[in-house]
Amino acid sequence: MPECFVAKVSELKDGDRRIVISGQHEVGVFFKDGAYYAYSNYCVHAGGPACEGILVNNVVDVLNADKTYERQDFGDSVHFACPWHGYEYDLKTGECVGDRKLKLRKYNVVKRGDDVFVVI
Amino acid sequence: MDMLRNEVRQLNPEQYTETKALEHANQQARQRNYQDFLIVDVDAHHYESESYKDVFSYIESPVIKMEAMDSMRRAGRSGFLNNQVGYQSIGGRMTRHAGRHHYKAKGTKHRDIDMTLEWMDAMGVDYSCLFPTPMLFLGLHPQVEIEVALCRAYNAWLCERILAQEPRIVSMLYLPFNDPEWTYRTVRDFGDKKGVVGFMVTAPRYKPVHDNAYMKTYALLQEMGKPISFHAAYSWDDRGLATTNRFISVHSLGFMWFNMIHMTNWVVNGLPERFPKLKTMWIESGLTWAYCLMQRLDHTYMMRTSDCPQLKRKPSEYMREMYYSTQPMEVPDDLSVLEATFKMINAETQLVWSSDYPHWDFDLPSIIYDLPFLKEQAKRNILGANAARLFNLSPKPVKKIP
Repeated sequence: MPECFVAKVSELKDGDRRIVISGQHEVGVFFKDGAYYAYSNYCVHAGGPACEGILVNNVVDVLNADKTYERQDFGDSVHFACPWHGYEYDLKTGECVGDRKLKLRKYNVVKRGDDVFVVI
Repeated sequence: MDMLRNEVRQLNPEQYTETKALEHANQQARQRNYQDFLIVDVDAHHYESESYKDVFSYIESPVIKMEAMDSMRRAGRSGFLNNQVGYQSIGGRMTRHAGRHHYKAKGTKHRDIDMTLEWMDAMGVDYSCLFPTPMLFLGLHPQVEIEVALCRAYNAWLCERILAQEPRIVSMLYLPFNDPEWTYRTVRDFGDKKGVVGFMVTAPRYKPVHDNAYMKTYALLQEMGKPISFHAAYSWDDRGLATTNRFISVHSLGFMWFNMIHMTNWVVNGLPERFPKLKTMWIESGLTWAYCLMQRLDHTYMMRTSDCPQLKRKPSEYMREMYYSTQPMEVPDDLSVLEATFKMINAETQLVWSSDYPHWDFDLPSIIYDLPFLKEQAKRNILGANAARLFNLSPKPVKKIP
């Protein structure tokens, strides 16, 4: 399995990402909260650049104990949103949050010394 | 065949181009050989609000022009034009809406022409029918004379600055439908302009399409052979829709609701019998509404034929002879449901593909091209040939896919 260079470790700040293109593979590599994640950059919906949109936490409706609605807020899960239509994906799993049966292809990321590689 | 590439890139939203934003659409266009056949987009948009200063200069009334020009100096305060609440960019998830402000035009033609041609080529589109954006809500303006004034100014501006300059961009011009007399005059005055392939009524409004005052307009359109279309949108001020609290709700319902009303009035009042050669198109309501309404009206018609004595056939039979734009095309998990919808509306001859680009829920040609139940010729009909027939366009592809 070929490894493609992504970046120097020091180049990736929290929330940064790179798009790696190798042959027919186009992969979004994220660095967030000390971990690396890599997924196919083709949205399961219409083929948009799924990894090139904003990072945003999940939105939650906050309910009171009596089931009345209180407010909206952000939750703890980090998503990335395809910029074409807004399909959202769970950063930790690559699952499409609207239908978790749908997933982006996941790639492994390895660190060798000061370099970050994605395994294609 | 795409060349093998090896590269690493960062995101750079300040270097926005339509070609970069639609690189994956461009890959689809090459993989599916769109260069070989005609693709016509019957519903695409620009943001006329970015050209308001220029558009307002075309307003005929000196008093209204003065009000319009003054309103531009009062940004963020009460405006000359109405608008709608709506977070269409989903809180910034649609990055192209912000990115397009960084777009650098080539400078030889209007910026809207440059941008439109660039995304058309990226997607593989030969011709686009361009519509405005904020003006989709103008039918709800409380001052009818403002709708008339802006409609006339916009149409004159569009014909002169866009349509006369670029043969691949056409339009169905905005009709000031709240004023039936000016609606007639608009068809009369603009019907022969270059690139005008029909006329469009924005659906959110409260005028019955069967009012006698519109009959001479329909007769003129029929005589000219130009279609009339109803472009859907929503209104959060509608009494029923005002009870919804999220954009998903008002959008899902609103874009069907107004066209369902107009279609019902159109059919029940026998307009297809009165104007049998007038071509009618329904834009941006998706397809499920027609599937639903055909069955609903047919069912009730059989019991209440006396309510619609002009009809000689079931309502669905008239509806099956009208044209429908595809976007936002609902694609259910069970494709047999979609296949049945296509059958109901006679899609092979009556369905016309639309992108709605650059709006938030745009569709690509692949939404039709990749359907497994369509044969190649049916795909090509829906993607271009049906619209070419409707708009009287050359069937020869003219795009330049990068």
